[in-house]
Amino acid sequence: MALSSGADRGSHSMDKSITLPPDEIFRNLENAKRFAIDIGGSLTKLAYYSTVQHKVAKVRSFDHSAKETEGDPLYEISVQEEITARLHFIKFENAYIETCLDFIKDHLVNTETKVIKATGGGAHKFKDLIEKKLKLKVDKEDEMTCLIKGCNFVLKNIPHEAFVYAKHADSEFRFQNTHPDIFPYLLINIGSGVSIVKVEAEDKFERIGGSSIGGGTFWGLGALLTKTKRFDELLQLASKGQHTNVDMLVKDIYGGAYGSLGLTGDLIASSFGKSATTDKEFSKEDMAKSLLHMISNDIGQLACLYAKLHNLTRVYFGGFFIRGHPVTMHTITYSINFFTKGEVQALFLRHEGYLGAIGAFLKGAEEDNPNQYSWGENYAGSSGLMSVSPELNPVQRARSGTFPFDMLEMDRLERQLVNLPLLQDPTSYIPDTVDLTEDVLAREYWLYCFEEALDGVVKRAIASQKDQPKAVERAEKFRQKYRHKLQTLRHQPFAYGSLTVRSLLDTREHCLNEFNFPDPYSKIKQKENDMALKYYLKVVKSVEELSWEQRQFTLVKGLLAGNVFDWGAKAVSDVLESDPEFGFEQAKLQLQERPWLVDAYNQWIERLKGPPHKCALFFVDNSGIDIILGVFPFIRELLIRGTEVVLASNSGPALNDVTNSELQILTERIAAMDPVIHTALKEDRLALVQNGSSSPCLDLSRLDKVLATVVRERGTDLVIIEGMGRAIHTNYYAMLSCESLKLAVIKNSWLAERLGGKIFSVVFKYEVPSNIREIKS
Amino acid sequence: MDIGGTLVKLVYFEPKDITAEEEQEEVESLKSIRRYLTSHTAYGKTGIRDVHLELSDLILWGRKGNLHFIRFPTHELPAFLLMGRDKHFSSLHTTLCATGGGAFKYEDDFRTMANLQLLKLDELDCLIKGVMYIYSVVSSGPPECYYFEHPTDPERCEQKAYNLEDPYPLLLVNIGSGVSILAVYSKDNYKRVTGTSLGGGTFLGLCCLLTGCSTFEEALAMATEGESTCVDKLVRDIYGGDYERFGLPGWAVASSFGNMICKEKRDSVSKEDLARATLVTITNNIGSITRMCALNENIERVVFVGNFLRVNTLSMKLLSYALDYWSKGQLKALFLRHEGYFGAVGALLELPNPS
Repeated sequence: MALSSGADRGSHSMDKSITLPPDEIFRNLENAKRFAIDIGGSLTKLAYYSTVQHKVAKVRSFDHSAKETEGDPLYEISVQEEITARLHFIKFENAYIETCLDFIKDHLVNTETKVIKATGGGAHKFKDLIEKKLKLKVDKEDEMTCLIKGCNFVLKNIPHEAFVYAKHADSEFRFQNTHPDIFPYLLINIGSGVSIVKVEAEDKFERIGGSSIGGGTFWGLGALLTKTKRFDELLQLASKGQHTNVDMLVKDIYGGAYGSLGLTGDLIASSFGKSATTDKEFSKEDMAKSLLHMISNDIGQLACLYAKLHNLTRVYFGGFFIRGHPVTMHTITYSINFFTKGEVQALFLRHEGYLGAIGAFLKGAEEDNPNQYSWGENYAGSSGLMSVSPELNPVQRARSGTFPFDMLEMDRLERQLVNLPLLQDPTSYIPDTVDLTEDVLAREYWLYCFEEALDGVVKRAIASQKDQPKAVERAEKFRQKYRHKLQTLRHQPFAYGSLTVRSLLDTREHCLNEFNFPDPYSKIKQKENDMALKYYLKVVKSVEELSWEQRQFTLVKGLLAGNVFDWGAKAVSDVLESDPEFGFEQAKLQLQERPWLVDAYNQWIERLKGPPHKCALFFVDNSGIDIILGVFPFIRELLIRGTEVVLASNSGPALNDVTNSELQILTERIAAMDPVIHTALKEDRLALVQNGSSSPCLDLSRLDKVLATVVRERGTDLVIIEGMGRAIHTNYYAMLSCESLKLAVIKNSWLAERLGGKIFSVVFKYEVPSNIREIKS
Repeated sequence: MDIGGTLVKLVYFEPKDITAEEEQEEVESLKSIRRYLTSHTAYGKTGIRDVHLELSDLILWGRKGNLHFIRFPTHELPAFLLMGRDKHFSSLHTTLCATGGGAFKYEDDFRTMANLQLLKLDELDCLIKGVMYIYSVVSSGPPECYYFEHPTDPERCEQKAYNLEDPYPLLLVNIGSGVSILAVYSKDNYKRVTGTSLGGGTFLGLCCLLTGCSTFEEALAMATEGESTCVDKLVRDIYGGDYERFGLPGWAVASSFGNMICKEKRDSVSKEDLARATLVTITNNIGSITRMCALNENIERVVFVGNFLRVNTLSMKLLSYALDYWSKGQLKALFLRHEGYFGAVGALLELPNPS
């Protein structure tokens, strides 16, 4: 018995010519449930839901009612296991479907799943195979419904999902901001034929038209004309051809332009028109190119006619004809520009290939209410745009022993995310200050900068888990992963949407989490918090003795000096590593003298002489001196003035930023020393909320829903954003509908120089929206 | 003359009320040209006079005469110019009114090769003038404007005369090598709505490449024999029947040439089938774009003209069917007997009064 089963397994693995690396593809299969599969003409997309167990750092306050002993930390840090939900999507060529099914069967341990949702034209063909291999019942779902469901999902949950393609621009991909309201839109799905679908709401869509001239026409007619069998080869041919040899152009008829109609001479008057009048031989490349133009133009024209008839301006293109092929994206874009004179933009989707699989999955997961949650793209587990494109990524293709695949992983976020209600115009809000996909110099600098900092991060990660198993090994894996991401981004800055300092930081956090380093700075934060608390009363007292004017300046200066303590800035972390005595007073000395690089201090003081604000929302930054000796004395003054204060901190750890749970403990401790804070807490004039993020930067369009409610209920009329990550790299240009203070110390000489200053330059930006200014005057 | 991308269309007015005196004064070259044009129905290998379209006893510029309709391929234009030189066409001191792209492209050739000065005219202006003129002068014989009644029912489908007395607004779709779509609101108020490069030239060009044929007539003859359903992928090939959720009938084409992605099917397909599929693809696409334009412009009457429709009942019925079916009977496809000659007629009407 044992022998036969062993032999059985042996023969099985013999059959597999390819061994799959389980930590790279089909990850977390052990707890997988709810499968869905979308089988297209050449690609299979598999989706499943899994739970990921990973470590999180928790802080817990000691019981301080007991006698305190000198030297005891004020809170304890423990690493706990937490389970979070993750969606996995894998894309591979149909040729590997059997290998993949076998692999899944072997690795799927205990699943209660009984069915697999299936969609796509190939679902029927592989039904028996899937049922036999996986012992799951195949449950077919309507293709179009899945497609739309998937499209809604990515548009809602993935920032920078949609992009405009511009072949000759500095950056080919121009990513669009997530629009708060994604409806209505037009989806043009170019499969073998073309379907034109108008989507008005989550479950309201209509196929308003279509065309039989689509991808199948390009492929079928192309195969007849050029004797080339494969679709991708046809596209290759087309990208090398000259359509003007085959098409009759306006200038072939007119000798030049048709001026009175504004038709230029290079416009195609008759596709394949030259092959009707001349007997010469045409090259395969030229015919393929002519065919591609003919079909793209035709689809573009119909799309425009439908968009016009239904008065829609957002038009997304998908389907295997597009599938990220630069050549088809270019011809479709060209056609849309031509026919609408630029009024409508052709939009493409980063995860276009996954829409059907996502939709089918969501159909099967309806009882889990996936639409109730916010989801986030996991940069560590997702391959990024064009990962399997043979021209762009030879590395992945050549990786021995496996086949090209592409992955998308999405994490279920614990909090539902919404816009900050105080954004002046949520539709035009862009969190990031510099788009590194467009700014080549800045891109080179920051990629270099993150690469340089990698050793330090690895060291820090190991140090944070000295006693944990395999910390060195995991840290090394983290290094490889993040370095690989940086390399990918060097060649394909567009891989995960617009490349920004924020996305580089977030990717690093995702990679650290991936290898179970949830909070490398937890101990540093703990130590610094402890130390800073000891000085709190001293700082508060010294401030109280000052005159009003002096006090205000000292408080602002304290805020800025506190912000120097940022482990994310290399210049600072080097100092902190080498000089543990470097303290608050030394930091004050480092600060730039007034006038600052951006200096609205006088206006701020004038404002403070007026009536108090009703409620201030403060997005805080670092632990330790920053929050305790900088932020608390500052908001204490606000509270005394009669302004309510809401402190918004990160939900999860990022660098040495103070997290919500740490801030809870710190606030308790400060309240125990300081009656002002104590009373404010008791009277609920000081509130702590989490921002819903675990990033060193801040996206005001994706904030915790609770925060938004608090902001609204309290009538917030002042927003304070502190630190480089939140006020410089992001939100520097954010327009708010109330007064705002953005302040930071520039702790990076390259960035400081770029802004026209030196390292430790100060940005103190106080802004009042014009409508409020008018009311006041 | 209307010099298009593929064909040159020539309209010739032959005065029939020539008095004996006039005959005496007439120069020999004019007589010779008239004799040459009116006594032949074919010129060289490729020039043809469409005798069945000839209109007799018309009054133009106070003269009574016959209107002749002649066509030849654009690539024969140099031969035509040489003939004009040999027959001393320039000695007549007549202005030659020309439209179509070739009027611009070949203007220099007319001057240098045949010593002829062209009066160049806009092709869309001429087209509309020509349509309105021909419709107004045809009173007897076969009706100029017609449509297909019951286009969705092959048993009952028949050609019927249409009264175009009150023509506006109408959508005028000119299918030559390429396609132009015009919205016409009155005699002098029109606009070009859009156009497509998938036209007659595409049909012929693709047929030549796919079947090795070389003329429109050959391509059309093959298309008539062929069957497109083995080339195209139909809705029922994918869904087994109608795609009811979206109201798509099983017979509708889901993907033109979609079956040709498969090698076995490519190997078994006939030239006739390929020609038919090409015709159906191009025709349906024109129908589809036309329908969208009609909806956007809010116009219900569509007149199709252009030489793609010459002896092409197949396409005319397909267009009639497609417009009727997809618009649920709202749109009507109309056709004109002198389908390809309106530009040339419009140009002739611009001739400065010769008397």
